[in-house]
Amino acid sequence: MTQPQAAEPWDVVVVGAGPAGSAAALTLARRGHSVLMVERGPFPGSKNVYGGVVYARVLDDVIPNWWEQVPVQRWVVRRSTMVMTGSQAVSVDVRTQAWGHPPYNGMTVYRADFDAWFAGHAVAAGAKLATSTVATGLLRDRSGRVAGVRTDRVGGDLEARVVIACDGVNSFLAKEAGLLPEADAAHHTLGVKEVLALPADVIEDRFGLMPGEGLDIEVMGCTRGIPGGGFIYTNRDTVSIGVVLSLEGLTRSGLRPEEVIADFKSHPSVAPWLRGATLKEYSAHLIPEGGYDAMPDLATDGLLVAGDAAGMTLAAGVWLEGVNFAIGAGLAAGRAASEAIAAGDVSVSGLSGYRRHIESNFVLKDHKRYREVPKLVLSDRMQRQYNHLICDVAEQMFTVTNPVPKAGLLRLLNRSARRNHVRLRDLVRDGIETVRVFR
Amino acid sequence: MGTVEFRVGERPHIVVDSDVCRSCTTKACVTACPANLFAPTSDGGILFNYEQCFECGTCYMVCNSEGAIEWTYPDGGNGVVFRHG
Repeated sequence: MTQPQAAEPWDVVVVGAGPAGSAAALTLARRGHSVLMVERGPFPGSKNVYGGVVYARVLDDVIPNWWEQVPVQRWVVRRSTMVMTGSQAVSVDVRTQAWGHPPYNGMTVYRADFDAWFAGHAVAAGAKLATSTVATGLLRDRSGRVAGVRTDRVGGDLEARVVIACDGVNSFLAKEAGLLPEADAAHHTLGVKEVLALPADVIEDRFGLMPGEGLDIEVMGCTRGIPGGGFIYTNRDTVSIGVVLSLEGLTRSGLRPEEVIADFKSHPSVAPWLRGATLKEYSAHLIPEGGYDAMPDLATDGLLVAGDAAGMTLAAGVWLEGVNFAIGAGLAAGRAASEAIAAGDVSVSGLSGYRRHIESNFVLKDHKRYREVPKLVLSDRMQRQYNHLICDVAEQMFTVTNPVPKAGLLRLLNRSARRNHVRLRDLVRDGIETVRVFR
Repeated sequence: MGTVEFRVGERPHIVVDSDVCRSCTTKACVTACPANLFAPTSDGGILFNYEQCFECGTCYMVCNSEGAIEWTYPDGGNGVVFRHG
């Protein structure tokens, strides 16, 4: 491939204009660096799918009063956690109006809007954006360090002092660099999602919301025994519903993802919410759910990795966050690349500021703290038995059995445990384990 | 799938080596692919459609036969376009 106009190398080429890439590019542009974002989709966000809520406080210092301009669908003021079986459901519903005004807590968005908006800030700061361009591989200099990327554009080799790979969950750049394994079914889940159209006032009536307010529901026990979970969240005039399925569990089950989501949609707790809704979009995306222990090395000579490319989605049971982690990591990667270039050392040790920066903030602190959660949450008992146990106990508690007097709670628990083949010893052990890993 | 926009390129970005598939006993791709693009053929191979692919990566992740699925991104600008992802 020929060199493009034998131009000066870029200070930094960022691959992927998602949240991590735009955060890195924005940081670098503001520090006066030449930075190019390479995006394979026709516009930022066009390849991206998420599962519910963007927590954007990480932007407070980056885009002051970001909430006045962000393309939000709804501000999440209700957060429910639901445990279900085929015919039962138990919910814990948290509502607070504190999340309904600045600086807010979480919001629902369409990634096509949000990612394009955020990339626009990077461009406004001076970063360049090349869309419809695939980074097909790494360029290396004679010493073997990463020195740019190849693209599928004619004459598309792009030289750079530092490459920041924010190329998503399948990061072929991180794989080529030897940081990620070629395939890793054990640490990835498949998310499939339907976006269903309903009038805004119908959504507000059905979900108990005022205009502008949103709801996010995380669900366990809705995946036909496949380790994973489900989610439902409200947009302005659509409801998004999906399931997240462990790849190994999905394969073992022999079920199709569409069957699992169809089942979830027809659950008696869910179907009434969706009555009359029409399908607007169906989507699918992988999610890196391995957490801290499955994360790759985050740097090599001339290369940093951030966001889903580095497995930074936090899937810790009750917390499901990714976009904020991508932004936090991207900001740090941009800063570290800038510092390394200024110091004239872009080797892996020159770039080590990246890891230091995210070790001192939420990105790796949260991941490290909850590193053992993914395994516990996806364990067999949590996934296939405790949903039945919880629903059974709740059902019996509120079933009035006159003239038979009420049974004590412990007796109900015992009875449900026996019926669902749960040994109390395991229940106690898992209870202690839960406290330990969430401490 | 009529609800999703696809900009179909001329180059199949995923190529399946059906000879390798014939010796595969699980064929996990057939059920796991969320776009239902892998069809088993009567001779034990796999027929693959790349046009309506979500580019998720499930197929190569669950594929148990090294080298059966050659997976790349569609050329720049092509492939799935999510509006409500």
